[in-house]
Amino acid sequence: MRRLEGLKRQRFIPIVVSLILLIFIMLFVSLSTGVIQIMPMDVIKTLMNNGTDRQELVLFDFRLPGIILAILIGAGLAVSGAILQGITKNELADPGILGINTGAGLSVVLFIFFFQNSLDTSSTLSIFIMPVFALFGAVFAAILIYTIAWKKGVNPIRLILVGIGVNAGFSAFLMIFQLKMDPQDFRQATVWLSGDIWNANWTFVAALLPWMIILIPLALQKANALNVLHLGDDIASGLGTRVEHERRILLLIAVALAGASVAAGGGIAFLGLVVPHIARKLIGPLHQYLIPISALIGALLLMVADTIGKNILSPTEVPVGIIVAILSAPYFVYLLMKTR
Amino acid sequence: MLSQINHSPILKILINLIALSFLFISIAGSIAVGAVDIDITTVWQALVSFDPSINAHQIIQELRLPRAIAAALVGAFLAVSGAIMQGMTRNPLASPSIMGVTDGAAFALVITLAFFPTVSSFGSVASGFIGAGIATTLVFMIGTFSKGGLTPVKLALGGVAIGTMLSSMSSMIALHFQLEKELGFWLAGGLSGTNWNSVIILIASGVIGLALAIGISKSITVLSLGEDIAVGLGQNNQRIKIIAILSVLILTGAAVSIAGAVGFVGLIVPHITRFIMGTDYRWIVPSSAIFGSLLLVLSDIMARMVNAPYETPVGAITSLIGVPFFLYLARGSGGGK
Repeated sequence: MRRLEGLKRQRFIPIVVSLILLIFIMLFVSLSTGVIQIMPMDVIKTLMNNGTDRQELVLFDFRLPGIILAILIGAGLAVSGAILQGITKNELADPGILGINTGAGLSVVLFIFFFQNSLDTSSTLSIFIMPVFALFGAVFAAILIYTIAWKKGVNPIRLILVGIGVNAGFSAFLMIFQLKMDPQDFRQATVWLSGDIWNANWTFVAALLPWMIILIPLALQKANALNVLHLGDDIASGLGTRVEHERRILLLIAVALAGASVAAGGGIAFLGLVVPHIARKLIGPLHQYLIPISALIGALLLMVADTIGKNILSPTEVPVGIIVAILSAPYFVYLLMKTR
Repeated sequence: MLSQINHSPILKILINLIALSFLFISIAGSIAVGAVDIDITTVWQALVSFDPSINAHQIIQELRLPRAIAAALVGAFLAVSGAIMQGMTRNPLASPSIMGVTDGAAFALVITLAFFPTVSSFGSVASGFIGAGIATTLVFMIGTFSKGGLTPVKLALGGVAIGTMLSSMSSMIALHFQLEKELGFWLAGGLSGTNWNSVIILIASGVIGLALAIGISKSITVLSLGEDIAVGLGQNNQRIKIIAILSVLILTGAAVSIAGAVGFVGLIVPHITRFIMGTDYRWIVPSSAIFGSLLLVLSDIMARMVNAPYETPVGAITSLIGVPFFLYLARGSGGGK
């Protein structure tokens, strides 16, 4: 067993390198496909600053920010899922299933609903405020779920059932507020709630980037605490970990990552659930390896889904969340049948 | 599970009669309330001496009456399905709404609209039936064939998984064939689109489905004590389960294809009924039907009043009533292990 762990640790660097390579390949594929096709050679030329104005516009102003957002959101949701699965000791935990995404979504919809007149929702200011609102919603949802599920401690099964219930409640509120919107906003909200990288521009990248740059390394730094927590509360406190304290900090990190991702990418389901499982298969359960690998796989998966969504029914753009759900729901069902 | 009180049969009949009279009052209220308020005497006149030249009578006969009846029937069907499911699986969270039924029906409906656009209203209801059946069967199979069996959490998560996948595929098809509006309308539809045709479909399915449900209600009582006991008493569990699933499919299929997403009625009502009526499903099934009707008729009135003159989807109302109850169950027996 220990030898196996050692072997997996040796595999860490090659896996990281090959994942980064795959991400770069996907970057080219994604840049060159779409409604306007651009040959891979032209992509390279344009990146080297030798393209036509039109190619530069399509690549730098439309496609590249969308792809970078996909990378950030994918990484954020995957790390969030990895942390949640670690602290709840539940392999089926995921920010989507627990209702954290819907909480963030409701908060953003309320924001659009109440400030649509006083504030242009695509203005720079509101783009920077929106992740904050999503964060409030996500934190509120998390506190609500944690409090309702609390009964002399938090049992993982109870946590998930409570999460499903809270999720349904938020969805009902969402539906009521959505129907009060005018048709344009309604359509926008519907597409966004099914998971869509809708506002692909550099301002949004700038709004999201600081969250990821701060939170993912923070999660990585807490990897050891996460490893110990995963062993169970008794062992963890025996090893001198302040269990509830560490759990709350980690929960906050996971919730913040999910909230920021939802602000930019809407309700992308199952990504945070499936990716940590794939990562665990590749590298084992130690979180200092699991978190970076999850981030990379999450980024890659969302890029692939984004590219598929843009091209499968061209010229109709299918929201990326739909593709992710169709790709990963069967795997989720498989996990569900396998676990007790 | 809630603690049960053993009432005498006379008291039980009395409670049912009181609930039934409340149901009739709320149906009358449901007919009177709306964009045009009509007073109760006019409602009565429209029913007993219909006069086509009076506008209010037309509204009542063509819009309000079928809608109120449909609400009562859909509520009854969902509640009875929930009761049968909970009794059969001995699972307090079993109910049509958490098992992907609506998403299944929507999926089949979108496929029908996309590939056979000329389909009749009866055909689209039939397709909703089939879709609801497929989704329920899938979720049941996931629960039954997985390690550890059909636990509450398996059933709920299986419903989430199948539901999300089916609704994603429907959105994709809808986007491609430009049917988003139809899909959204149907999903949020509630009861505003009901007419006499829907009532006929509901009654036809109800006669079969409710007859099956009442027919096996005694066996469900035995089954709810545990499979071993049922086998010990010489009961053919396999046959009972097949009949039970069949009646659930007919009832939820009809309800969902008429009313769209109406959640949590099938979850809450059986619990309340068990609390009042005890453990005997010969009492639970008919009482669930009455209480379910009452709940949905009242919710439908609320749906029209909350944001008048606009309608709030009735499913959102029932969810807001049902979610606290679901959380209570999840905190208690559902997640007790």
